[in-house]
Amino acid sequence: MNPAFSVVLFTTLAGAAQGLVVALALAALCGIQAAPAFAGRVLAIAGVMLVMGLLSSFGHLGRKERAWRAVQMWRSSWLSRECIVLPVFIAWVALWWFMLPLVGTQIVIPLIALLLAALLWLCTAKIYACLRFIQEWAQPLTLVNFVLIGMASGALLASALAATSNEPALLSVTGPAALVLTLAAWATRALSLRHNAALKHRSTLQSATGIHSTTLVQKSMGMSAGAFNTREFFHGRTLAALGQVKLAFQLLGFALPAAIAAVALASDSSVLAWWLAVAVQAPGLLAERWFFFAQAKHPQNLYYQVVS
Amino acid sequence: MIGWLKDVLGRHAVAAAPAVSARAEPGETLAKQLALVIDLNVCVGCHACVTSCKEWNTSGSAGALADQNPYGANPTGTFFNRVQTFEAGVFPGTETIHFPKSCLHCEDPPCVPVCPTGASYKRKEDGIVLVDYDKCIGCKYCAWACPYGARELDEERQVMTKCTLCVDRIYDEHLPKDDRQPACVKACPTGARLFGDVKDPSSEVSKAIRERGGYALMPEWETQPANQYLPRRITKAVE
Repeated sequence: MNPAFSVVLFTTLAGAAQGLVVALALAALCGIQAAPAFAGRVLAIAGVMLVMGLLSSFGHLGRKERAWRAVQMWRSSWLSRECIVLPVFIAWVALWWFMLPLVGTQIVIPLIALLLAALLWLCTAKIYACLRFIQEWAQPLTLVNFVLIGMASGALLASALAATSNEPALLSVTGPAALVLTLAAWATRALSLRHNAALKHRSTLQSATGIHSTTLVQKSMGMSAGAFNTREFFHGRTLAALGQVKLAFQLLGFALPAAIAAVALASDSSVLAWWLAVAVQAPGLLAERWFFFAQAKHPQNLYYQVVS
Repeated sequence: MIGWLKDVLGRHAVAAAPAVSARAEPGETLAKQLALVIDLNVCVGCHACVTSCKEWNTSGSAGALADQNPYGANPTGTFFNRVQTFEAGVFPGTETIHFPKSCLHCEDPPCVPVCPTGASYKRKEDGIVLVDYDKCIGCKYCAWACPYGARELDEERQVMTKCTLCVDRIYDEHLPKDDRQPACVKACPTGARLFGDVKDPSSEVSKAIRERGGYALMPEWETQPANQYLPRRITKAVE
């Protein structure tokens, strides 16, 4: 597939925002107290990230003015379900922010925020995992990775914010959690890379054409200068470039942030270290999501191999 | 806004509205399924079906199919039908196979349930898979969900387009009966494209599939394409 930057940015940004809200919700549910002003700041940041993600997702639409129509087919379409859950989640985060001074430490709002974040991860991951013939995506690890990567980046961001605002109680939990989650996300992402490396694609040129000759090559795709089919489904990068992105996202997205988090946990004056980890991880996770799309081989590509 | 409410509430609320075309439910078995049967044995790869398809469908009420740089070095545009060419075997025993490809109007179309707006649908009365261009938001998700690459986003209208089996032609009673066929079928000089109801056992297409070993593309995904292909036959020279 040819990764669309709007979707890469949206899923990465929204995933981190969900992770941030989950970190705050879990802390609230476990009775870890954070100053209301700090919680308000965290929720505001998450809300802004989610709105930015939503706006970015509009960039993928050809007819943005009709975007509201996307909520209609929730009975059958995971995309439609996502289009419902995302605004509800944003509204709930806003409600939580608004209610902070009023309700204090009650647990219903954080609990529902947690459930909505989980539901949004499910919808986002299923959009890709439900396409059975894109075998790189149609695996349970797609959901696991969306959840763990979102939680890891959210916990890291929560730690950086907690360190900045001097919230030691919260940081003492989110700090180690960020390290563990980053390593766990790396492990499951590596598993999916291994799964994809060993993948045997079910569709072949033979099954695509029904011509059962062992030697079968395309001589013409039927047009000379490309079409939607060649623009949307081919990323046009070399295998070497893909390999570099794979290395880069594992390094920037997981290895370095984990190492920096470990240093930050070991040292006292760690504000700078936490923010450095966030700054390193952000491009790493964007690269991870880009690679997620680029690595998916769509079976339609079998029909578009040779110009003439 | 009222229209939106009606759409969201679903068909129950608009039961009184004039019937457009009924939508098939997922997994529903239809009594009628229009389809093309493509005879690879006689297709000569002339692209007449491609150009006639473009001509008919760019001139219709749905609006022109975009062309970008039509007279430039890299012309590209929206087409519902392509003719591709494959070579099987090893020289000198090779076979050239011209392979027309358009939407297969699957009986279980994976592009339909993923559509978030309901713009993509399968007609209950004849099984044609269509896009309502007025509802499409151009999210491209249906194209991702089609293993055959049968859908093309129109770069100017920014909506998804695809073969309609010339739905605006095959039922048009202003046309002579012989012309009520898809443009590609009418244009084919070798009769490589057959059109009809594959659910009717006595139809020309059903007979051809039965007698000539008609097959579906990518059977591994169980989309049950309605369009089928007739394989090449090696004919021996008469002594």
